[in-house]
Amino acid sequence: MDLSSFDPVVLITTMMIAATPIMFAAIGELVVEKSGVLNLGVEGMMIFGAICGFMITVNFDSPFLGMCAAAIGGALMALLFGLLTQYLLSNQVATGLALTLFGLGLSALLGQRYAGIKPPSTPKLDLPILSDLPIVGPMLFSHDFMVYLAIAIVAGVWATLKYTRVGLILRAVGENHDAAHALGYKVVRIRLMAIMFGGACAGLGGAYLSLVRVPQWTEGMTAGAGWIALAIVVFASWKPWRVLLGAWLFGGVTFLQLYLQAAGLDVPVEYLSMSPYVITIVVLVIMSADKNKAAMNAPASLGKVFHATH
Amino acid sequence: MTDTGETPVLLHLDGLTKAYPGVVANDNVGFKIHEGEVHALLGENGAGKSTLVKMIYGLVKPDSGTMTLRGERFEPAEPRAARADGIAMVFQHFSLFDALNVAENIALGMEKPPKMGDLAARITEVSEEYGLPLDPHAVVGNLSAGERQRVEIIRCLLQDPKLLIMDEPTSVLTPQEVQTLFQTLRKLSSEGTAILYISHKLEEIRSLCDEATVLRLGKVVGSCTPREKSARELAEMMVGEVLHVPERANKDLGDVVLGVSDLSMPSPSPFGTSLKNVTLEVRAGEILGIGGVAGNGQDELLAAISGEVKTSHGAVTVNGTPVGALSPNERRKLAILAAPEERLGHAAAPDMSLVENALLTGAVRKGLTKSGFVDWTATREFAREIIKDFDVRTPGSANAARSLSGGNLQKFVVGREVLQDPDVLVVNQPTWGVDASAAAAIRQSLLDLAAKGAAIIVISQDLDELMEISDRFAALNEGTLSDARPAHGLTVDEIGLMMGGAHSMEVAHVH
Repeated sequence: MDLSSFDPVVLITTMMIAATPIMFAAIGELVVEKSGVLNLGVEGMMIFGAICGFMITVNFDSPFLGMCAAAIGGALMALLFGLLTQYLLSNQVATGLALTLFGLGLSALLGQRYAGIKPPSTPKLDLPILSDLPIVGPMLFSHDFMVYLAIAIVAGVWATLKYTRVGLILRAVGENHDAAHALGYKVVRIRLMAIMFGGACAGLGGAYLSLVRVPQWTEGMTAGAGWIALAIVVFASWKPWRVLLGAWLFGGVTFLQLYLQAAGLDVPVEYLSMSPYVITIVVLVIMSADKNKAAMNAPASLGKVFHATH
Repeated sequence: MTDTGETPVLLHLDGLTKAYPGVVANDNVGFKIHEGEVHALLGENGAGKSTLVKMIYGLVKPDSGTMTLRGERFEPAEPRAARADGIAMVFQHFSLFDALNVAENIALGMEKPPKMGDLAARITEVSEEYGLPLDPHAVVGNLSAGERQRVEIIRCLLQDPKLLIMDEPTSVLTPQEVQTLFQTLRKLSSEGTAILYISHKLEEIRSLCDEATVLRLGKVVGSCTPREKSARELAEMMVGEVLHVPERANKDLGDVVLGVSDLSMPSPSPFGTSLKNVTLEVRAGEILGIGGVAGNGQDELLAAISGEVKTSHGAVTVNGTPVGALSPNERRKLAILAAPEERLGHAAAPDMSLVENALLTGAVRKGLTKSGFVDWTATREFAREIIKDFDVRTPGSANAARSLSGGNLQKFVVGREVLQDPDVLVVNQPTWGVDASAAAAIRQSLLDLAAKGAAIIVISQDLDELMEISDRFAALNEGTLSDARPAHGLTVDEIGLMMGGAHSMEVAHVH
């Protein structure tokens, strides 16, 4: 086994890129869950965003337009989920699972003619001084704009939840929808907004996979990233900055397993490939070991059907 | 403010009607509320009180009829509009957010809240002015019921209301806290705020309210000045019939049946209260009443005796046999039964039929299962027996528990345990939300069960109820149980001290 090629710059760079798609999806899902809705369709919204973004980028030769299309596509999928669960009062778990299957199937259908095409590349950021700094420059300041957008959204969600009235109302709706309703807040409308925001974020995460990280279209390319995002929300105990931490942790483990494979560690490749997922599960178990603490952080109305009765 | 005829009319309700499928909740309801008046709204469950106040607060639209506020037509489309016109409401439950702090909770109930820092200062200021001390940064989930209510009241006061609606405000308070609340309300009333006060505690209404309107089955059946009527007259106006007061037989107490010694137990829920060194004894034929403000360990005590939470084996004994490590079904076999407070989701499974719910706790003692198979015929028979003996009003035993009104489901839940002939029965809030005549029937059934030699613990927030049926009285305060004292002859002040414990020191000052 050869460890001489270890390079911290590559570690951080790979980690930030691997973390970005799940960071998008997870911060979106965090907002959805904060409003009291459990949307298990993240995977479906991600892959639908991935193909929407890919198609628009290839046809119009614009990664920026592609990203917009991905956000809109994800939000539309989420809207479908929202209409079903909020107005028709369908079960959130079953609807979310169905959304995942629907998204996987629909994207495979739409993407048939796009397999094997290479999309136009997304420009990297080139900041005058920062990008030229030794080590720190390539490590932190030379990525594409999406990496920074993801971090900015995390910061924005944190500030909104903590300091603004909109954030307070969102938390209130997720905490006790009956009380929020009694005070005159439009529970369903607020939740629908949150669900669509979550969908848009998931779509962006998917497009980041197909346009930057891989970059090309293959069926089922999200490969469980949506589920990891869901796990990271729990891992983060519904706190935005911990989503960032969780996503980076997952990204770091992803890099390490690739690196160890390349370095020829004498362990079957399958074990290494599964390690990020295994570690996610282990961390989840540790995080939720204290039942009371985990229960205290979760929005109290999470996953409960709201039906206004007077 | 006794001379209400002189002050201008604040709110005039006329001909309000609201029908739901199958029931007319309000039928041509009309009355007037004057400025600065404390107006009581009296009625049994289902009399239409809640629907009426929801119409005033803009949560429900009337089918017909008009409301006039200070001479102008008043049709609030939503609570926001009602609040803007000076209507504020303190809810019975459902309107606080446990995980948020006091200031955040209050901000949510305001139209244009100031910055959090300024709001916190305002909260401290107003809460001191009205003698309701409150820390704006405390998390609501950790507050006592009385403190939670202060949050709601202050939320209303910050909006400078003209009419304050209070729905059953004292059901969760200690007597001292009730006194504090009344002082606050009288101060408000003297400043010109009208108060619409909903309650079924008649003595309170007699001491606080200037006028009363009585509703029965959605109609106004009378109005009076409560001071001039006796509590019994008021009750009979509400019920429309002569009340039956539970009778207790003279009885001799037997040996100690249930013993709890030095029981300490952490609460299973994050906002619960841990039990600390609880010791008690109940004899055959005895009813031990346990009072105390909700959330002081009542649920935990019931769980420890019913077996929902296991304790050290010797901490709970029945006839001298330790049972602390047995499961609920093993205890049921030993004739230890319980009826918890939360009807939907704890005492009964909401979406299951009454027959299935009868099976859930009755299977062991009634022999409703044979080698793993359910004997549905016997189970249906058992459910029918409960429905008949306890006058549960339902179309049939196949109806889901959720479809019953609170009072009827409560009768079912208590009846299901009583009819299993327990040696030990623990009930928590047996008559919560049950109307007066049904409550009397439930209490009578508990007295009858005790007369047959069962040892009974009744946990309740309703002191009148505890005084009516218990032989001895003890109070839970922050997980500690006071010594039990004979209930006969206890004064309200003594009870308040037992319930308040250290809390009684913080009784607020009102000038």
